[in-house]
Amino acid sequence: MSEEPIIRLVNVSKDYDGTEALKNINLYIRKNEFLTLLGPSGCGKTTTLRIIAGFEQPDTGEVFFEGKNITNIPPYKRKVNTVFQRYALFPHMNVAENIAFGLTIKKMDKKTIDKKVAEMLELVNLKGFEKRYVDSLSGGQQQRVAIARALINEPEVLLLDEPLGALDLKLRKGMQIELKKIHKYLGITFVYVTHDQEEALTMSDTIVVMKDGTIQQIGTPEMIYNEPKNAFVADFIGESNIVPGRMIKDNLVYFAGREFKCVDGGFGDNEEVDVVVRPEDIKLVSEEQGMLQGKVESVTFKGVHYEMMVRSAGYEWMIHSTLMEPVGTRIGISILPNDIHIMKKVSTK
Amino acid sequence: MKKTWYSYPYLVWMAIFIVVPFLLLLFYSFTASTDQGIVFTLDHVKRLWDPIYLMVLLRSINLALICTIICLIVGYPVSLILASKEYSSNKVLALLFVIPMWINFLLRTYAWMTLLEKDGLVYTILEFLHIPNTQLLYTDQAVVLGMVYNFLPFMVLPIYSVLTKMDKHIIEAAEDLGANYITVLRRIIIPLSLPGVISGITMVFMPAVTTFIISRLLGGGHYILVGNLIEQQFMVVGDWNFGSAISFVLMVVILISMGIMRKYDKEYEGGAIW
Repeated sequence: MSEEPIIRLVNVSKDYDGTEALKNINLYIRKNEFLTLLGPSGCGKTTTLRIIAGFEQPDTGEVFFEGKNITNIPPYKRKVNTVFQRYALFPHMNVAENIAFGLTIKKMDKKTIDKKVAEMLELVNLKGFEKRYVDSLSGGQQQRVAIARALINEPEVLLLDEPLGALDLKLRKGMQIELKKIHKYLGITFVYVTHDQEEALTMSDTIVVMKDGTIQQIGTPEMIYNEPKNAFVADFIGESNIVPGRMIKDNLVYFAGREFKCVDGGFGDNEEVDVVVRPEDIKLVSEEQGMLQGKVESVTFKGVHYEMMVRSAGYEWMIHSTLMEPVGTRIGISILPNDIHIMKKVSTK
Repeated sequence: MKKTWYSYPYLVWMAIFIVVPFLLLLFYSFTASTDQGIVFTLDHVKRLWDPIYLMVLLRSINLALICTIICLIVGYPVSLILASKEYSSNKVLALLFVIPMWINFLLRTYAWMTLLEKDGLVYTILEFLHIPNTQLLYTDQAVVLGMVYNFLPFMVLPIYSVLTKMDKHIIEAAEDLGANYITVLRRIIIPLSLPGVISGITMVFMPAVTTFIISRLLGGGHYILVGNLIEQQFMVVGDWNFGSAISFVLMVVILISMGIMRKYDKEYEGGAIW
């Protein structure tokens, strides 16, 4: 590491009434990166965010901010600001008062505050909304106010807890692009919590995949998608065919009733593994040419591609292709060594 | 428009127990039976301008105000504690505040009499502490004490209910933006709990200003508040006209004070919440 990470979590654990929300989390967040905590609900991503914000105290472990231990510092003394899932705007204040809240607490003079509020409203495209009361705004507008209210304090780190969760799809896409733009423009660190893998892939520099209070994998979106570390990550990030297999030796794996060449190694000989193949990596060929033979069981049109379910060798394979084979057709499927991902078996919980 | 008959029993109920008595009150307040029969008159209302009666009215309002203010000062922190993270899951504490209300009002007030009387428990403790023996019972303080004791739950419960319903994320958001607890309290919690405070004040002030049992038991027989005055007119003197007139004036006073409260309430919240 050339640079001290802005936030570091060291051996952080958290218990809620006997259930472990976080199990010994170690994580560092680099300055200015867009980091996403991704996982299904109950995986501990929001708890992690709340510990960084200071709303929760870890039971064990420490939190460092720019090298200083802030584990016991209350939220109001931390240089981070949060955008809440349900916005949490102050209902008794208008838009300008909401946004100015942090600055009025710092006792800044009114002229400076007004100027900064105007800047923020411009940044989030809400010019002219100063005097509106927050409950007269739409969900998307409220979210913009929440973002402006956090950003006006010029935090080093902006924490976002599923900020787009309550918005409809189209609005969400628009806000994703806008948030990305704001991140680039301000050059500060974003820590983003979501359960939406597509959102995570679109926006992040780094993705942290979590499950049951543990970190499954940390990496760039490309790394996470192309080289998932285990079957859970593969399944959670995009769609996957996961079948049990056995490593015969390096670069040779047995699954679905035959041997396949692959590019993975370093497993024990005859070790039981999970084999992951992305639906778009399975090629449809004629029955004779196929490595496996099967019958098309269903076809769904998905817009850009067709999704076909093919029964072969006792498994159901999901295949994405721009070419369609009608239901009932017997076909062959072919998988390149590069597209076969071998994973250590995760001990089922 | 169909099925409006569902509301008929309720309308009949209202007519019999609210509208008719109210009309009777108005009738008695503004009429007098003379040799010429029943005539309209303002005499009963004017009689209340007598300094003696005005003093009674003022003293009642004064004591009710003191009681309301004490209830607010005591009740607000109690509500905060009951609604706080540490206790909100523990309903026992909130229940403790309600349980006294299940015990007969009269009994609770009699209990205070025995506590405060000469050679009663409080008196004995004060004596033991060498605090010069003072008259406890039959004073303004005793009456206020009785009122605060009896009406405190009416202040605590509405505030408590507003506080527990408050979105905890709003408080976290304020902390996140740099507000310490005092600032959160001043800028967020108190303004947002005002509707509860308003209804608490209303629910304490109204029974306090009209009470006659507490003032009679803890204030002694000679102690006259407006409630006692009304009771006396009906039960002792038999002057229903004057009794009605006092009730009417009291009602106007309460209406005016509620109007002021409501206006203040609206101004503060900007018509934005609830």
